[in-house]
Amino acid sequence: MEGKHFINGATACAEGAIVAGCRFFAGYPITPATEVAERMSERLPHLGGIYIQMEDEIASMAAILGASWGGKKSMTATSGPGFSLMMENLGLGIMTETPCVVVNMQRAGPSTGLPTYVGQGDMMQARWGSHGVYEIIALAPSSPQEALDLTITAFNLSEEFRLPVLIMGDEIISHMAERVIIPALDKVKIYPRRKPQVPPDEYLPYQPDSDLVPAMATAGQGYHIQTTGLTHNEKGYPVMTAEAHQKLVKRLVDKIIVNKDKIIRLEEENTNDADVVVCSYGSSARIAEWAIREARAKGVKVGKLRLITVWPFPDERVRAVAKKIKAFVVPEINNGQISLEVERCAGGQARVVSVPHMGGAAHNPQDILDAIMKAVK
Amino acid sequence: MRSEMKKLQGKPSGQKDKPGPEAGQPIIVDVPKGKLAIIKERCKSCGFCIEFCPKQVLEFSAETNAKGYRVPAVKYPDKCILCGFCSMYCPDFAIYQTKNKEK
Amino acid sequence: MSCSSKSNAELSNGVNDINKHPLDKFIRQDRMPHIWCPGCGLGTIFNGLLNAIIKSGVDLDKVAIVSGIGCTGRIAGYVKFDGFHTTHGRAIPFATGLKLARPDLKVIVVSGEGDLFSIGGNHFIHAGRRNVDLTVICVNNSNYGMTGGQCSATTPVKAITATTPFGNFEAPFSLPHIAAAVGAVYVARWTAYHIQKVQSAIVHAIQKKGFSFVEIMSPCPTYYARMNKLGSGLDMMKFYKENTVIQQEVELKDISITRGGKIVIGDFVDKDRPTFNDLVDELTCRFTGAPLHKE
Repeated sequence: MEGKHFINGATACAEGAIVAGCRFFAGYPITPATEVAERMSERLPHLGGIYIQMEDEIASMAAILGASWGGKKSMTATSGPGFSLMMENLGLGIMTETPCVVVNMQRAGPSTGLPTYVGQGDMMQARWGSHGVYEIIALAPSSPQEALDLTITAFNLSEEFRLPVLIMGDEIISHMAERVIIPALDKVKIYPRRKPQVPPDEYLPYQPDSDLVPAMATAGQGYHIQTTGLTHNEKGYPVMTAEAHQKLVKRLVDKIIVNKDKIIRLEEENTNDADVVVCSYGSSARIAEWAIREARAKGVKVGKLRLITVWPFPDERVRAVAKKIKAFVVPEINNGQISLEVERCAGGQARVVSVPHMGGAAHNPQDILDAIMKAVK
Repeated sequence: MRSEMKKLQGKPSGQKDKPGPEAGQPIIVDVPKGKLAIIKERCKSCGFCIEFCPKQVLEFSAETNAKGYRVPAVKYPDKCILCGFCSMYCPDFAIYQTKNKEK
Repeated sequence: MSCSSKSNAELSNGVNDINKHPLDKFIRQDRMPHIWCPGCGLGTIFNGLLNAIIKSGVDLDKVAIVSGIGCTGRIAGYVKFDGFHTTHGRAIPFATGLKLARPDLKVIVVSGEGDLFSIGGNHFIHAGRRNVDLTVICVNNSNYGMTGGQCSATTPVKAITATTPFGNFEAPFSLPHIAAAVGAVYVARWTAYHIQKVQSAIVHAIQKKGFSFVEIMSPCPTYYARMNKLGSGLDMMKFYKENTVIQQEVELKDISITRGGKIVIGDFVDKDRPTFNDLVDELTCRFTGAPLHKE
């Protein structure tokens, strides 16, 4: 499959997973992510992989965790309603530190909403959707090519940091077709699963390395692993104390925060010489490109800060940029979610102008341009 | 296995000090073709072994263990046929047996 | 620790070191004593499960126990095999992913009736339909014990539980009926009293290819038995002894548990059909010329 293709974002996402070594997909049909499942169902049998259509999204999330413990790279894909169903088992994946990739091609919500039209209303849910205390990694592709590239990145990050990694796509990216280059397998850097370096009788499944991430044995290798969603110690045994909980959860949180520099990916343009910076992600960032060009043509000093990783949020960068500019403009297809994060980090140093849209369509680019022109005054 | 267990008992967080396997030394009783063993500290007085022994070999003794459970005693060792029911039923792995090696 | 054949020899000839319990080496001693109440059937069932796993001859490094939430679910944490304690109701789909990724593993799901048939009901029926090669052991104590004795989908009519203080009026499931209906290739029900039958049923289920289901009735002395004045765990075990009837040829829809009535037990279904893995292998063979995994 190496080479140039004209495919949509969902298909590109599936192909990216295959390049990354994914050989297990468990999913459930849901617009606009169904094409990811369909592509996997066609491709995996040729590659000795397994496609299984589970009975619901809860089962899909559980199955990809099981497959990961069996040693297979695994993925599922869904949209808003299914994403909500996956939340409990996403928490299990985080707590047991199970690498896998979860794709959400967002659509307009809440509830059944507009199944066939775009939304970006799940961005806060990506961060806070499961119960309890945790950190998450979420990537937002802005093109079918990125849908492929960032899926490979997601698999690598999930193995490096041992947790489920989210791809927060949207219906526009999922359904638009563009030129996509599928790289040659030997040209792609794949992060290998971190295997135990000690024999089974010395192995502790949740004893971290210096980067706070433990090595991962898989089932059937004589390591006699123990995993549980309960708060646990280094052996994987449940320990019902506040001290054990503090120790474990702090490490789960810190392993992301401490390694933020390795995780955060941004696309910046002219942010060092700007009065207004447009901060966006996903398909909104594509629409905003027109507004940024037009504003510059009108002489406005506009910079671009595109979030490729949305979580963890790039607090330091936003804080630093805020000190030098008048305003951020944050277009997103929701009622202002990431704009709240921008506002939090701007800390009053710059104004934050949200350009919301309840969903169902992309912004009229003029609205973004108007927001820029107003913000610069 | 004991040394392995000692290593694991290192210092995982939140692990209270538990009595090691040494505290659970069995009481061993000879029976016609083998031996019965009872680890008193494990018993929770459920009564299954006593009730389901087909030869009524066992009874509750007057003795209690450290947790206050009355433990079984071998009343009629000579009646034991080593059927293995007591071993099979015990929920706490507190009673078990062995056959003597065939000569 | 691939010592199944050695352990098997010990268990079958009955000659072992009397200074320690022969099953101790398969149990995480640093997690003992287990949490189950005096008189609970789970300890006995755990004992039987260990014996059965060893007797089945399976490679002990390839055994994976997957459990859900509840008293039965704690079993995964006590075994010296790969143990996965997952979320409530979701042991079966997790086990499905594990088994499909690793057909070489022997994946055994052990959970309670609430976990497998209420919250987990949808997953049960689909894994049965697909005939995923899993051994599913369901410990049925007629209530949700861990959370304080609330009613479950198998609570008999008129039984008192923490959430049916005036007597349950919902019709309970017959679990063997559901298992057979969704295509399980082996369906059996026994009780903790019938521990030898439990062992042989589990051995058979482990050795059999396909979705095998073993229901084991178990006393819950702290809640179900106490609330329904059924006595101690021992009293309930004696009740199972006196009030069960083995009937292999029976209408499975009629064998849900009733208060004070006879419990029908036996091996009800034992058949063969292609497993999910067999069918995936067939598909993969068409393209790659080889199945995913050789048997």
